[in-house]
Amino acid sequence: MNAEGIAFYLVSFLTMGGIYAVLCIALNMQWGFGGLFNAGIAGFYAVGAYTAAILTSATAPTHVGGFDLPILSGLLGAGVMAGVTAWGIARVCVRLKADYLAMASIGFAEIIRLVVINEQWLTNGSLGISRIPRPLEDIFSGRQAEVVYVVFVWLVVLLTYFVSQRLSRSPWGLVMRAIRDNDIAADSIGKDVQRFRVDAFVVGSVFMGMAGALSAHYFKFFSPDATEPLLVTFLCWVMLIAGGSGNNRGAIAGALLVWAIWSMTEIITSHLPVEWASRSAYLRMLLIGLFLQFVLQRYRQGLFPERG
Amino acid sequence: MIEFINFYLIPGITLGSIYALGAVGISMIFGILRFAHFAHGDLMTVGAYGALTVVWVTGIPPLFAIPFAVALAIIAALSCDRLFYKPLRELPTIYTVIASFGVALILRSLIQVIWGTESQVYVKGFQKPLVYFDTFRIATRHVQIIASTVVITGLLHVFLSYSRMGRCMRAVADDASLARVAGIDTDNVIRWTWIIGAALAAIAGVFVGLDTDVHTNLGWNMLLPMFAAALLGGIGKPLGAITGGLIIGIVEECVSYPFFGEALLSPSYKSAVAFVIMIALLILRPQGLFKGRLL
Repeated sequence: MNAEGIAFYLVSFLTMGGIYAVLCIALNMQWGFGGLFNAGIAGFYAVGAYTAAILTSATAPTHVGGFDLPILSGLLGAGVMAGVTAWGIARVCVRLKADYLAMASIGFAEIIRLVVINEQWLTNGSLGISRIPRPLEDIFSGRQAEVVYVVFVWLVVLLTYFVSQRLSRSPWGLVMRAIRDNDIAADSIGKDVQRFRVDAFVVGSVFMGMAGALSAHYFKFFSPDATEPLLVTFLCWVMLIAGGSGNNRGAIAGALLVWAIWSMTEIITSHLPVEWASRSAYLRMLLIGLFLQFVLQRYRQGLFPERG
Repeated sequence: MIEFINFYLIPGITLGSIYALGAVGISMIFGILRFAHFAHGDLMTVGAYGALTVVWVTGIPPLFAIPFAVALAIIAALSCDRLFYKPLRELPTIYTVIASFGVALILRSLIQVIWGTESQVYVKGFQKPLVYFDTFRIATRHVQIIASTVVITGLLHVFLSYSRMGRCMRAVADDASLARVAGIDTDNVIRWTWIIGAALAAIAGVFVGLDTDVHTNLGWNMLLPMFAAALLGGIGKPLGAITGGLIIGIVEECVSYPFFGEALLSPSYKSAVAFVIMIALLILRPQGLFKGRLL
């Protein structure tokens, strides 16, 4: 591979890594600061991706829209829709304890998945939505467009990071941590525990929706396959735990580290004999699963532990 | 009416039996080890593929391959407990829950690497249904699954009510520290929880393969309905879990019956029923029908 090839490999790596970083910081707002076990990340991601896809793609006969709107409004719409969905879900289930919240949020994510697969008029069913535009597409093309896009993604990463950083240091963030560590104590000093939890759940989900929008624009196509809970929800959890939950920098580092393991191993497994190469995705999943167990047993604090 | 029984009620009871067997393990693990075991569905898959291998190699009917499926699932469960859950037992249970997500992934990707991802069937070809009284047409496999579940439920009831280990298990599920003070060997109880949970999960997995086909997502797809069943029956109540499984299975199949001229719910949303029941239970009645424990 020549230097240019490597550079563009790096660009595509950073694009996907950036999208995962947004998801991971968003999860950090919910789990790291709020102690909310959201196992339905894929659901909010899907809501965001489809909202952006429908808002920004050209009019299609097969489903509602597209409305051909600017990309920024798509991104905003994705955040708003994911936030509204999250608000509805949070209202009913945010008071559930950890294991129960995990079950309920997976349940909601699966319902969202069923809607996405079955409501042809809205999402074009399993065929998915295509011809989703990328920013500044008519000015830049080919590899230049890739570079433009990676910059766009990392601007969103920065935005997410700053919002999360500000929130975590604000009085709101301090109350959130207090609730995470001892909700009864927080309640006894007059903090509205439910309301704070709903807030954290909604804010995190808004950014999960934006991450969905980013990936829809990146692939220019979005179908229910991309909302597979394993690839989105699970990978994101591994990233946050490896990076250090409670720490935004850790969330970014974890996203890049796990995404590096995931994509580097693809290079290795693509050199395996054919009959093994077809199963390589599963070998890599196995590796990620074992990696999680290793982190859980040895490095529970993650790369960047939460500062006390 | 006959159509309702043949095409909705009997398949519903069959599906319910499968959920019931899987939910027993979930309910007992939740009750005794105090965590939601997200890898339980994948233990079912392990069992289903274990039986598939025996059927391929020896050509015996799948029902006779069940002992091998059970053995494989028990080995898988005990080694996962030793390697991945036991080191985290002193920590908040949330770490074990996260680990169980990882175990689900590990088991599934191992199966995908070893057996590949194509759907397989135990027995090829069409099976003629049994006909009773000229009107009830029931598939042989449904009779086998329902009858086996009835027998297993009976055995489980006898074990839990009369054997020493069964009584110890119920004691630990009711109050773990009191049980320990009373001299019950909790490690042994935990081991038996895994053995029984995994054995029933493996049988359920073989039944899914018998009823439809064997594929690598078979167990994961059933996980949430099984959680719903365990919650409905009350956490830590194995016989409650069986009742819950039957209810969820029957409701899931029957919602698409045209009671008022038109299907209540399109069949493609069938699996949402279990999710909705589960969420409603979590919020409104987390102790379930039979006063299960609360976390």
